[in-house]
Amino acid sequence: MNKFTTLSGIAAPLPLINIDTDMIIPKQFLKTIKRSGLGVNLFDEMRYDDDRNEIPDFVLNKPQYREAQILVAGDNFGCGSSREHAPWAIADFGITCVIAPSYADIFYNNCFKNGILPIALPQEQVDILMKDAEKGANARIEIDLEAQTITSSDGEVFTFEVDPFKKHCLMNGLDDIGLTMEKAAAIDSFEASASQARPWV
Amino acid sequence: MSPKTLYDKIWDAHVADEADDGTCLLYIDRHLVHEVTSPQAFEGLRMTGRTVRRPDQTIAVPDHNVPTTLDRANAATMTEDSRVQVAALDTNAKEFGLHYYPVSDVRQGIVHIVGPEQGWTLPGMTVVCGDSHTATHGAFGSLAHGIGTSEVEHVLATQTLIQKKSKNMKVEITGKLPTGVTAKDITMTVIGETGTAGGTGYVIEYCGEAIRELSMEGRMTVCNMAIEGGARAGLIAPDEKTFEYCMGRPHAPKGAQWEAALAWWKTLYSDDDAHWDKVITIKAEDIAPAVTWGTSPEDVLPITAKVPMASDFQGGKIDAAKRSIEYMGLTEGMPLTDITIDTVFIGSCTNGRIEDLRAAAAILKGKKVKEGMRAMIVPGSGLVRAQAEEEGLADIFKEAGFEWRLAGCSMCLAMNPDQLAPGERCAATSNRNFEGRQGRGGRTHLVSPAMAAAAAITGHLTDVREMM
Repeated sequence: MNKFTTLSGIAAPLPLINIDTDMIIPKQFLKTIKRSGLGVNLFDEMRYDDDRNEIPDFVLNKPQYREAQILVAGDNFGCGSSREHAPWAIADFGITCVIAPSYADIFYNNCFKNGILPIALPQEQVDILMKDAEKGANARIEIDLEAQTITSSDGEVFTFEVDPFKKHCLMNGLDDIGLTMEKAAAIDSFEASASQARPWV
Repeated sequence: MSPKTLYDKIWDAHVADEADDGTCLLYIDRHLVHEVTSPQAFEGLRMTGRTVRRPDQTIAVPDHNVPTTLDRANAATMTEDSRVQVAALDTNAKEFGLHYYPVSDVRQGIVHIVGPEQGWTLPGMTVVCGDSHTATHGAFGSLAHGIGTSEVEHVLATQTLIQKKSKNMKVEITGKLPTGVTAKDITMTVIGETGTAGGTGYVIEYCGEAIRELSMEGRMTVCNMAIEGGARAGLIAPDEKTFEYCMGRPHAPKGAQWEAALAWWKTLYSDDDAHWDKVITIKAEDIAPAVTWGTSPEDVLPITAKVPMASDFQGGKIDAAKRSIEYMGLTEGMPLTDITIDTVFIGSCTNGRIEDLRAAAAILKGKKVKEGMRAMIVPGSGLVRAQAEEEGLADIFKEAGFEWRLAGCSMCLAMNPDQLAPGERCAATSNRNFEGRQGRGGRTHLVSPAMAAAAAITGHLTDVREMM
């Protein structure tokens, strides 16, 4: 997994609440058996018309946001389907940080498995960063995961919370499965006692 | 011993390891797998030389992509990419030695219907699947939730998940449901009350007289949509109905093992003085047949209401409501019963069980669908289909003008040939009314099976109580 330590990049504003994973990556792109290549279909139905032409008004089609690495969005980002194709598409487009007031549970967890940092901030602070993002390519937002800070283009600094274990894994690009396999003895022992206690399982 | 909730009890029985910061390895009893969210996980195993730790506890069934038309054995009914995905599941299931119900098996169906039907889902278990509607299995008093593909790979390799414990939320539905009001109306009304993020960070336990009175099928409908309320999982404490449902199922314990299991299952309830982080109480008598007007499952109103004004809302919801009303092609303030429908879809993991088909048949018996209406009933499994045929329900549906399909996810998510065209408006018994969910530009109104049947007859959203 790619490491995430610091990021200085352009933020794209998407001021909608309840952005669901069907919007992030519609169902017709879930038929892939690979993890890569979904960036071109990120927000597909908002991004392209019926003839596959770009819709110029959509934020990621605007020249100043085509290289965006950060997305600023509304409440309850990533709700709905558990499809990990959503963070795969976001990462494949080149976005590695999302800032929103809150996230749906499964999406939030999926981000950390794919080198994406989802940051939850109070609405007032998201509003400030949303305005910052609306300034376009001249407004770079800086993120420092170690220090847990976001610096706006005006130099205003916000701090954010992140689970220490998730932070450690993200900063070091660690593979969860490898880490868990180091605890194989604990799993073996649990399995043995569970099969005694609940042999019908 | 300190009092515990049902969630606390199941959680405690499955912690294989706990780190100092509270991060746990939660042991998983049953892992359900379907074709859409698993190929990358199996590929990951191969690339790292890992294998499936418990193939005996891993159950695979294709459902999302499979066509539901009677000619689906003909490969031409599937697109090439769908075929590749189903073929990948076939290869993976055989290569890793999983329990497998292929498309050709009469037991095939939607993974969340097949699991309980075959007795894989039992009280007190941990159940996961790379699908958010895994919440369905919570109806048995099992801790069941959706996971992403990386977590699918993690469970395949280690039979555990890295988890932190959620908070406890109680949703109590007191009293008795009025006539014409169903499990679907309960679960939609709860989401209307809490919002789609109201359950974020929680595991919900549904309780109260109205929940106790529900059949297992109804309880599965309630828990199925816990995810639409944002919760990690939904649970209902097991009782005699649960035990009766499980008894004799192919993978349920038998004989002395059944007795031992039953003794433990009977301890699975929330202690009287258990701590709840959040409590919501709704009177069953206040619940009416529910319908969604917008593009979020929280956009719920009783059928007797009117499309809201965007200005009735606050904050980001004002713009969201404007966008929804425009997408849905509605007018603020119009009665919901004035909304005309051109497609009716009855099925999905929310409402594709036998009881749902019986409820629809009770309304459709001796009636015809409105001329020009496209109406389909898609049973949740091959066995549900067989039972409906035996009970004569299929004849009622066909005589009414419904298409009687084979089992699959079908139009719930339109990954298969069953889709809405742009602008088409559907009364659907599924779980999500997101933009484009049932096909690009398609418009979805979520309702119960009885309400969907009523709309099929009249051609517009209808208060089913007027037809009873």
